[in-house]
Amino acid sequence: MNLIVIFFSFVLVNNFILSKFMGLCPFIGVSQNRESAVGMGFAVIFVMSISSLLTWAVYHAILAPLGIEFLKTIVFILVIASLVQLVELVIRKLSPALYKALGIYLPLITTNCAVLGIAIISVDENFGPLESFVAGMSGGIGFLMVLVIMSFLRQKLLLEKVPAPFRGVPIAFITAGAMALAFMAFNSSMISNLFPGV
Amino acid sequence: MIKELTKGIFKENPVLVLLLGLCPTLGVSGKFFNAIGMGMGVIFVLVCSNAVISLLKKVIPNQVRIPGYIVVIATFVTIVELVLKAFSPVLYSGLGIFIPLIVVNCIVLGRAEAFAGKNRLIPSVLDGLGMGIGFTLSLMLIAFIREILGSGTLTLWESGSVVYRFVIPGLSESPAAVLATPAGALFVMGFVIAGINALKAYRSRPGRKDKEKRKGAAA
Repeated sequence: MNLIVIFFSFVLVNNFILSKFMGLCPFIGVSQNRESAVGMGFAVIFVMSISSLLTWAVYHAILAPLGIEFLKTIVFILVIASLVQLVELVIRKLSPALYKALGIYLPLITTNCAVLGIAIISVDENFGPLESFVAGMSGGIGFLMVLVIMSFLRQKLLLEKVPAPFRGVPIAFITAGAMALAFMAFNSSMISNLFPGV
Repeated sequence: MIKELTKGIFKENPVLVLLLGLCPTLGVSGKFFNAIGMGMGVIFVLVCSNAVISLLKKVIPNQVRIPGYIVVIATFVTIVELVLKAFSPVLYSGLGIFIPLIVVNCIVLGRAEAFAGKNRLIPSVLDGLGMGIGFTLSLMLIAFIREILGSGTLTLWESGSVVYRFVIPGLSESPAAVLATPAGALFVMGFVIAGINALKAYRSRPGRKDKEKRKGAAA
C-alpha cells in the first residue's frame, strides 16, 4: 500500500480515538490540560512508531519462522512493555529536559490500546517494515491531533453552563461524539479523490 | 465475602462509575450479541487471572510484578482468542481486534494490581467475577440502546445458520442510524454516564434519609 494513503488513512479516516475507539482512557484522562495533552501525544507518537517497527521485526524474524504466530498477543505486549521501560531509561540518561516533559506519561502508554492495536493491525494487514513504521507514526499523529483539539474544546466547556449531571466526563464524551461526526467527512472516497490512481 | 462480588456490579461498576475499559465498551457495542460475547471473554480472563495472580502473589517479585501480571493476563486472552476462533467464527470476526486488546483492558490489570495481588484466592475470584459481571451489564446496556435505536434490531445469538434476531417494527425501516456509527457510541456513553450521575445525585439528595427514617418510625 502507498505510504501516503496509509498516513491519511490512520490520521483522518481511521483515526484511533474517533473511529476505532483505541486510547480512550488517556483521551478522557489527560485532555483537560493542554500541556499534558501535548506531552502524552508526543510520547505516544514516539512509542507507537518504534514499537510497530519492532513488533514487525519480532513477528517476521521469530514468530513466523517458528510457526507460533498465535503467541503474538503475549509477545507483542512484552515487547511493548520492555520498550517503554527502555525508552524511559534512555531518555532519562540522554535528555533530562525531554524526560521531564514526557516522563510521567511513558508508564501509562503500556496500557494504551492504540499501541498494541497498531502492532496487531500492521501484522494483520501484512505491512512491510517501512509501512508499519509509517502506520505507527501516523496513528500517533492522529492521536495527538484529536487530543489537542479536545483540550481546546474542554477549556471552552469550562466557561459554559452545563447541566449538573453532564459536567466533566459526560459532556466530554458528547463533545467527542460531535467531533467524530465531523470526522465522518473524511472517508476513503476522499482519499481516492485526493490521490487518484494509488 | 459477598460484598466483593456485588461491589463491582453497582457501587464500583468498572465502566460507568470508575470509567475503566472504555475502548471495548464503545468498540463492540454496536450489536447486542457482540457485547455478550465480549463480556463473557472478559469475565473468563478476569476470574482466571485474578485466581492465578492471587496464588502467585508471593512468588512474583515486587519489582517485576506488572510484566508478570501482563504475561498471566495475555495467556488467558490467547486462550479466549483461540477458543473463539475455533468455535464461534462469527463472534471472532465481530469482535475483531478487541479480543487481543483485552490484554490492555485497564479493568483486568487494575484488578490484578489493586486486589488480586494483595488478597487470598476466594475473595480474588469473587472480585473478578463481580467486576466482570459489572462490565458485562454496562456493555449490554449500551449495546441494547445502540442496536435497538441505531439499527432497529436486537441480536441475541448468532452462530452459523442459527440466528436469533428480533426486528423491531417501525424502527428497523428508519432507524436513528447515527447511533450505529462511532460518533453515536460516544453520544450514548455520555448520556448514560450523565444518567448515572443524575441517579447518584437523586439518591444522595438532602432530606431523603429523614423521610426514610420517618417512614420507618410510622411503620
